[in-house]
Amino acid sequence: MASRFRRSRLGYEAKLSRAEVLVLRHLAEELLALLEADAPPAPTDPLEALVGISLTPTYRPEDPVLARLLPDGYSGDDQSAADFRRYTEPELRSAKRAALRGLVAGLGRDAGKVVLDDSTAQSWLTAVNDMRLMLGTRLDVSEDLYDDVERMAPDDPRLPHLAVYEWLGGLEESLVLALAGW
Amino acid sequence: MAEESVIEKPWVTIVWNDPINLMSYVAFVFQKLFGYSREKAHQLMLDVHHKGRAVVSSGSREQMEHDVTRLHAHGLWATLQQD
Repeated sequence: MASRFRRSRLGYEAKLSRAEVLVLRHLAEELLALLEADAPPAPTDPLEALVGISLTPTYRPEDPVLARLLPDGYSGDDQSAADFRRYTEPELRSAKRAALRGLVAGLGRDAGKVVLDDSTAQSWLTAVNDMRLMLGTRLDVSEDLYDDVERMAPDDPRLPHLAVYEWLGGLEESLVLALAGW
Repeated sequence: MAEESVIEKPWVTIVWNDPINLMSYVAFVFQKLFGYSREKAHQLMLDVHHKGRAVVSSGSREQMEHDVTRLHAHGLWATLQQD
């Protein structure tokens, strides 16, 4: 279970096993559900309440995965960060959802070959990267992942998830290299 | 006292290191979004990785907000600030 993308005459193709299709679909649907959940309501601002502006997301999400996928645009400037988020977050969320939905639609339900054109491959890449950000954030991975794994007890509950994380990294890397032509 | 024209210091877009994004992916995104050569994109990625952060573009505030938005769409951790 370690398929790779490669560039072919037809585009970017990979032969995915049934397990790979199911895991990709599962991760994409999990992240879709997270992105579709309503943002927590912002603390009530007296002025906003007075002028009746509808609640829009202006604060960094509490969920660590969403906070990583929808980060602040300014650090150390809360007002600018809130304004930036108000204008950009809805579109960012919807672009990420569209990429994930595209991946789910293109996967099918069983083992098979996927062939992607250039723009679809770019969109799959951002979707796969977001899925990997979700996994890595939840697992709290460090740059010394391999050392961390060496130190883990054999029954550490994170181990099977780290195996999926590693596999997804290999699949993503192959798509990057195929797209970049490196 | 009237200030008719204020020359602003340029704004910069900063990408911060994170332990998850693949090095190849980060370099690829720099090439794709900014049209940098493979060498320059790779060097910027290494700067982010080793120094913890790197300036990847500079210009007006609006341009930098646009760049940060595109970087967020690609899952990179980016902020803008005045240089």
